[in-house]
Amino acid sequence: MRTATGVQASYRISRSLEAIGAWVLGILWVMPLLYAFWTAFHPPAYSTHFTLSAPLTLQNFAKAWQAAPFARYFVNTVILVTMVLAAQLVLVTLAAYAFACFRFPGRDVAFALVLVQLMIMPDVLIVENYRTMTALGIKDTILSIGLPYMASAFGIFLLRQTFKTVPRELDEAARVEGCSPLQTLWKVYVPLARPTYIAYALVSISYHWNNFLWPLIITNSVESRPVTVGLQVFSATDQGIDWSIISAATLMTTGPLLLAFLLFQRQFVQSFMRAGIR
Amino acid sequence: MTRTREWLYAWLLLLPAATLLALFTHYPAVANLWHSFYSTPRGSRPVTFIGLDNYRALIDDPIFWQALSNNLWYAIGTIPLSIALALLMAVWVNGHLPGRGFLRLAYFTPTVLPMIAVANIWLFFYTPGYGLLEQVTGLFGLPSHNWLGSRSTALPALMVVTVWKEAGFFMIFYLAALQSMSPHLADVAAIEGASRSYFFRRVTLPLLMPTTLFVLINAVINAFRVVDHIVVMTRGGPDNATALLLYYIFEIGFRFWDSSYAAALTMVLLTLLGAAAILQFAFLERRTHYQ
Repeated sequence: MRTATGVQASYRISRSLEAIGAWVLGILWVMPLLYAFWTAFHPPAYSTHFTLSAPLTLQNFAKAWQAAPFARYFVNTVILVTMVLAAQLVLVTLAAYAFACFRFPGRDVAFALVLVQLMIMPDVLIVENYRTMTALGIKDTILSIGLPYMASAFGIFLLRQTFKTVPRELDEAARVEGCSPLQTLWKVYVPLARPTYIAYALVSISYHWNNFLWPLIITNSVESRPVTVGLQVFSATDQGIDWSIISAATLMTTGPLLLAFLLFQRQFVQSFMRAGIR
Repeated sequence: MTRTREWLYAWLLLLPAATLLALFTHYPAVANLWHSFYSTPRGSRPVTFIGLDNYRALIDDPIFWQALSNNLWYAIGTIPLSIALALLMAVWVNGHLPGRGFLRLAYFTPTVLPMIAVANIWLFFYTPGYGLLEQVTGLFGLPSHNWLGSRSTALPALMVVTVWKEAGFFMIFYLAALQSMSPHLADVAAIEGASRSYFFRRVTLPLLMPTTLFVLINAVINAFRVVDHIVVMTRGGPDNATALLLYYIFEIGFRFWDSSYAAALTMVLLTLLGAAAILQFAFLERRTHYQ
């Protein structure tokens, strides 16, 4: 039998071991990022030479910015992300409302058909969607990047769950007051689902800011490329292997999202949690 | 509202989303099957019905089998490790360790970065003779090694990147589950004299089962869905050692422009994802029963 002090001592030891483990893992986890920061903010000569006397510079960022039309890529990405999110919010709200608050024949089948997209995402249907975009004549446009993602099964599912938690009495009260179904949706359901909307918006923005393979396939010009594809074109062809400049470009393209994340860390984490629990 | 009007109203609400879903999810899945039975139009040669020829070619295609087995090894190598790390991270971040805020930030940040940026950073990290990894192994007097350039280490090197990026993402779900657990459970267990590891094994872990299933299914889908890092870091090489299934589809479809063979390959991927879907529905069903 162990004595109380013995238990306490072993408890303390295991706690300190855990703290050490957690910190080792944490440091390992930020290392590649810190390395990219080091390389981007120092002259190429210091990119693998770590010394406190290394001069800081923004030259790499300036060179990267001039070497490729990043401004245009940023504009494209912002347009893409805004367009997709706006369309998603409208489509997802209407569909989730139908599934949560209406009874109609074929509802369960229709809902199952929506859920199919959770598994078979547009990301894997690249060959056929490319064919469709060609047939529609909108290949190489920002619209063609966003279109397959606008009806989001994930969003419909998430919002339907939220709408279902809205008390029936509120809905009925609005109807008694003479609200049409759409007015009820707008005045009762949408305001109550605000946290879900924020969570969904953050997940959607980071997904589409980061999306790569489909935009790479469907775009072919500076006018439609998002930053992810722009970065790849830049680091694969224009640049040889100047790591300082590539690191700077990499950080630059991630910058806005990373900054937003650092500023709103708590909201981001909570949103991802909320979106994950379902 | 009368019944028929309610029906009509509901379908009108659904219509916009349903149209886009049909056009970009259901139609392509079906059309994909259809096109896999036809030949790819090339120059003056028209499209002809070739039956199962694409599937016969697929069975005889060593690169397809290599990509499939690469993908399975990739899944086996990344999924259990990232889930275990995610659980560990969540428990640590949920506890009272010093610097909890920093740790949560450190673990989660890779998740917000685009895979393509992550791949660029790691490409540099792995650069022979120059990258950070070589600098560190050099300190220990180890010989230089081209991690991404040799058959035996290229896929494991990519797995490390995936685990690094995904563990923090899965941590969030475990963290959410841990925070929704009643703290009284731990208090009661402590009074009863249960050790922390016993409590973790017998109480926490079973309660986290639904989360583990959710994370597991997401991890499986991601293992077959995300190939951005392959495009940046290895392009499937060396000698197809890192060609995953979706990457091979991308190569066949958009480098060799053989769309009907790519359609047949996509059918294999869809079948795999469909199997995952059936498993998920079975589990979700069970989950809703005891809620």
